[in-house]
Amino acid sequence: MSNLLEVHKVVKKYGDYVALNEVSLNVPKGSIYGLLGPNGAGKTSLIRIINQITLPDSGEVILDGEKLQPKHVQTIGYLPEERGLYNSMKVGEQCLYLAQMKGLSKAEAKMQLEYWFDRLGIQGWWNKKIQELSKGMAQKIQFVVCVLHKPKLLIFDEPFSGFDPVNANVIKDEILALREQGATIIFSTHRMESVEELCDHIALIHKSNKLIEGKVGDVKRKFRTNSFEVGILTSNVEGLMYDITQKFTVSPARFKSLNDDLKLNIDIGNATPNELLNILTQRGQVTHFVEKIPSINDIFIQTVTG
Amino acid sequence: MSIISLIIKREFIAKVRNKSFVVMTFLSPLLFVAVAGFIGYLSSMKAETKRIAIHDETGLFADDFVKQNKKDAEYKYINLSEINIAALKDSIAKENFSGLLVIPKTNNEKDLESKIDFISNNSPSISFIENTQDVIASKITKINLEKAKLDTLAIQKAQAAVNIHLAKASGEESLKGLNEIKIGIGGAFGYLIMMFIIIYGNMVMRSVIEEKTNRIIEIIISSVKPFQLMIGKIVGTSLAGLLQFTIWAIIGLSLMFAASAFFGVDVSPTARISPEMMQSAQHELSGTAQMYIAELWNLPIASIIIGFVVYFVGGYFLYSSFYAAIGAAVDNQTDSQQFLLPIIMPLILSVYIGFFTVVNDPHGTVAVLFSMIPLTSPIVMLMRIPFGVPWWQIAISVSLLFATFFIVVWFAAKIYRVGILMYGKKPTWKELYKWLKY
Repeated sequence: MSNLLEVHKVVKKYGDYVALNEVSLNVPKGSIYGLLGPNGAGKTSLIRIINQITLPDSGEVILDGEKLQPKHVQTIGYLPEERGLYNSMKVGEQCLYLAQMKGLSKAEAKMQLEYWFDRLGIQGWWNKKIQELSKGMAQKIQFVVCVLHKPKLLIFDEPFSGFDPVNANVIKDEILALREQGATIIFSTHRMESVEELCDHIALIHKSNKLIEGKVGDVKRKFRTNSFEVGILTSNVEGLMYDITQKFTVSPARFKSLNDDLKLNIDIGNATPNELLNILTQRGQVTHFVEKIPSINDIFIQTVTG
Repeated sequence: MSIISLIIKREFIAKVRNKSFVVMTFLSPLLFVAVAGFIGYLSSMKAETKRIAIHDETGLFADDFVKQNKKDAEYKYINLSEINIAALKDSIAKENFSGLLVIPKTNNEKDLESKIDFISNNSPSISFIENTQDVIASKITKINLEKAKLDTLAIQKAQAAVNIHLAKASGEESLKGLNEIKIGIGGAFGYLIMMFIIIYGNMVMRSVIEEKTNRIIEIIISSVKPFQLMIGKIVGTSLAGLLQFTIWAIIGLSLMFAASAFFGVDVSPTARISPEMMQSAQHELSGTAQMYIAELWNLPIASIIIGFVVYFVGGYFLYSSFYAAIGAAVDNQTDSQQFLLPIIMPLILSVYIGFFTVVNDPHGTVAVLFSMIPLTSPIVMLMRIPFGVPWWQIAISVSLLFATFFIVVWFAAKIYRVGILMYGKKPTWKELYKWLKY
């Protein structure tokens, strides 16, 4: 799979403060790419460089095989975290204006707008002023403005903030649909459950440096702890415990189960799961045997605080 | 459509649609006329007559003052030399009189020069004092002349009264008082430019701050360069200003045409007032008004209007780049005060220079100098133009103005570019300087 966006060793300084320290990223075509990091890590700086709002001090950005240049603003759709619209302008006029700034002709912009307004069920808003709309309604308009010009690359910074669960779902479905249509999506957020749900690639930026990057599965494999959740029905608890503590470290576990079983966390280290299973099956009835997969949330916290 | 023209169009429409624009455009000429009328009415109002008591121990001057008494005059002089001073002072305290002029008896008139008192609870006006001094001085002069045995009649005859007759090289007659008209017109235009710069500069600043507080700025500058946005904003707003000016000019010119038609003056540019016309005009009741209106048409109206547009655009561009940079640097309007002061200062300075220096000597060193300095030239030069300025001076002044504009806009764009994405802190001058280097 080729990369739609490549960031090579980008450095950005504000005075003495280094906001990005030789950060490189590869965003594969058609992926939903989670850009993670605590507040102040440098995500927004990086996104602004990709949007050509600011220029990097060194390093380069390659979009679709070409060095980033002014014409590329038309192929990028950006939904910033801090967003707003002209309060006293009418919704329709405002969208037309912003769409034309992205290079659409007026007629084309109007057609696209009608399509999107129809799709999101907001046809009646054309002549309303933004100040008459609620925050969530304004967010919807912003989403439309961001995707209107069919960008190849979409950058969403905290796209779900301000949406109720129903509308958040609508937006999520739209994001997935856009990916189906071939768009590549960079997704910057603190909400790990939405990352878990949507992203197939992630990168973690912390204190101006990129610490982790890769497919979600690969990253998780890297952070596997080789520990298993085990549920077992046995009459001889002492014997079982004696056997497994010989080889592995054990701690009590909690998970939901229909049986009145013994619940354990077992760290198997370098051993294979089968070695553990062999011991367990000799001592009783195994009701539950699952590898503990680290959540992105765990990986995030572990990397940032570790 | 190119992006800049898109921005210009949006800014223009946003300004023009604004209710305050419509109100200001059509209401302020009315307001102007109303205020002018009100001031005229106030100044024509008769002041309360002030009674001035005169205690003249010499008996030489009282009559001269009493001779000045006229119906409706501001001061009424009353000769009370018989009554003693203490009683008169009492009545001043009781405000029976607004003033008491005491002329003591002295050995000779020379001593008198510094011994005259005026007693009053309120300080008198300068013109009153000057008039009083004039009356006394001329009387003393007359007495001195008589003492020296000089023939006062001969002296009176010898005194010349010069009345200069104004004319231009082209031979046409000029009216006295035309200079006042020129000052009035230059001053009005200069003042207008200052108002425009302050009002429309503030509009640019407000619109920058609005985009910042709305947080729409990030969406916009992901599509356009900050420089394009800034220029579009400045140009769009200036077009709204020019539209407003055009509307005012049309209203003003139609009033002038109306007045001309009323007094029957030929307004074609070739029309000159011939001496015959002057002669006949003098016999007509409306003659003077007719001549003034004719003189108005003879002013370099074209160069005044072209000058106004050029200096308005140049001055406005220069100042609104400052305003845009300030708007970008601050989060809200209250924070902008500390940066606004240095901008308003040169504007006020140029209006003062215009009204004091240019009026006295339109082609003096100070007036010429400040009509070259870019920050003051839009106003000072515009006030000079009605007096006729050599074209090379205008050329230098205009090119300096626009050159400065390009330099300032470059710096302003740098501050703007950094500032629009900065939130939450009130920047200092030092910080602004640092932004220039980002």
